[in-house]
Formats: sequence, structure tokens, C-alpha cells
Amino acid sequence: MNLWLWILLAVAAAYAIKLSGYLLPRRLLDRPVVIRLATGLTVGLLASLTILNTVGKGQAIVLDSRLLALGAAAIALWLKAPYLVVVLVGAFAAALGRLAGLP
Amino acid sequence: MARLTPATRMGLSIAAAVGVYGVSFGALSTGSGLSVLQTCALSLLMFTGGSQFAFIGVIGGGGTGAAAWAAATLLGVRNGVYAMSLKTLIEPPGPLVPLMAHLTIDESTATATAQTDHDERVRGFWTAGIGIYVLWNASTLVGALAGDAIGDPRRWGLDGAAVAAFLGLLWPRLKGRDPVALAIVSALVTVIVLPIVPPGIPVLVAAGATALWWAWQQRRAAAR
Repeated sequence: MNLWLWILLAVAAAYAIKLSGYLLPRRLLDRPVVIRLATGLTVGLLASLTILNTVGKGQAIVLDSRLLALGAAAIALWLKAPYLVVVLVGAFAAALGRLAGLP
Repeated sequence: MARLTPATRMGLSIAAAVGVYGVSFGALSTGSGLSVLQTCALSLLMFTGGSQFAFIGVIGGGGTGAAAWAAATLLGVRNGVYAMSLKTLIEPPGPLVPLMAHLTIDESTATATAQTDHDERVRGFWTAGIGIYVLWNASTLVGALAGDAIGDPRRWGLDGAAVAAFLGLLWPRLKGRDPVALAIVSALVTVIVLPIVPPGIPVLVAAGATALWWAWQQRRAAAR
């Protein structure tokens, strides 16, 4: 039940941010400062989430088949594969690793 | 049937691609411990893929609801900037703003801003926005039901799919030296604090490091 509360709070925050861009006066948001912060935050958070999902397991660092997924996905992206293919390649690489007996 | 303009064609093709990977969001979400209903609520009501993946990523890693909230919210900040530029480009009529706000995401903004003509921008925004909304939610439900049915998500490589999903969101933003440096710093900070702080917090520490980097960039720019 507690999780529902956080889901609804996150939903409300996401909508409030979107709406504020339309409602707030432009001079508050339309500054290089704000745009650079939003761009930077997006890159920083996505990089953090990528590595966290690759090696994180609770509070431990675990190296397993997810590393194969990271490498395979990077190669797919480098070859300009569409997003869906990248996701499937990641899943396939990890599943293949597990099938081969890797953790 | 109405003739397809370049904007509507672009909107529909993006919608089709996004709709398909909604399946992986749905499956990953139930694999992270959310119920089918909670998973669908995220797609229906939050409707911003990056934040949704962040939310379930933190929960799946053992983080608290509060940490998931913070990660999802910080990642959603860019939508506010999109909204602002769409307001300037499209000048939407007031009554449409609440609905437009809900559909303001990476893809609808990209489709609108890629057009040069005002009417085409409007068409591009609505085609991509509505098309993605419908397909994203339908495919989330399919993925959630499938994810619920297949058992151990690791055996199917779904944890690998999550890694690829985040890297795929990050990749197009790594243009130029600064974003690459920022991504490396953020990843390093995450790995260093991971064993020290509770689950879910490393992402927020990395966000803090990102903000520091930003402040430093500001000072450097001001000094020039």
C-alpha cells in the first residue's frame, strides 16, 4: 500500500513539472542556466541508473551476465540499431550468459 | 482517410517503435515487484518513459518508495523545459494545455520541433503524443501480464534488458565531450557510494554530483 502512495506522488510530481512549463512565466524557465541543469541532470541520472542496473544488487557490487548485456547493447547502439532491438539484444546477451552457466 | 503529412508520418512511426518497447517496461516493472495494476498506473498517469524506468529501477534494486520518487521526479525535470519550448513554438489554446502537458515527452517534443511550419508542428505533436499514449499503455499491459506469467525474470535476461534500456536512453544524449565526461563521473560516483549508502540513494548522490558539476560549469562560463 505504501508503494501506491509513492506511485501517486511521483505521478503528481511528473504532471506538475510538465504543466509548469506551460503555465510559469517564460523568463523563469527560459534561461541557459535551467536548460543546462535539466540536460545535465538527465545525462547524470541515466548514467547512474545504467551502471546501477549493471553491477548493483542491493548494497553489493555483483559482476554477472548483466555486463554482457551492457557490452552487447553498446555494440548495438554503436551500429545504430533501433531502441527495441537494443533492449532485445541486452536481454538476449544476459539470457545467453545464464544459459552458459554464468551467474 | 486523411492524407499523411511528413509530421504525422514521423509521429506514427515513432509511436509504433515506442509502443513496442512498452512491452519491456511492463515486463521489467512486474519483475521489479510492482503489481500489474501499479505498472499500468505508471504508464497511464505518469507517462514519461525515463522516469517510469527510473522508478521501477530503484524499487527493483531494493530502494525505498521515497528514493524511487526522487529519481523519477528529477529525471522528469526535462519535461518542464520541453513544455516551455512547445508553448513558444505552438502557442496552444488555453483549454488544451492540461492535455498537452500530459503528452509532453521526449518523442512528442522531438516530432514537433523537427517541423518547420506551425500547423505541421501541431500535427506532429498530437500524432506522436496520442499515438504513443495509446500504444505505450496497451503494450505496458501486455508486458506486465507476460512478465507476471514467465516467473524468474533473470532467466529470460530481463535484468539485461533493463541495462540496455537505460543505456539506450542515455546514448543519444552523449554528443560532445561534456556529456560523456558527466556520464563517466556520475557512473563512478554511483559505484563508489553503492556499498556505503542504502539502496536507491546512489542515484540521488549522482544527481547531486551532476548539480555540482553544473555549478562548476556555470562558474567557468562566468569566468570567461
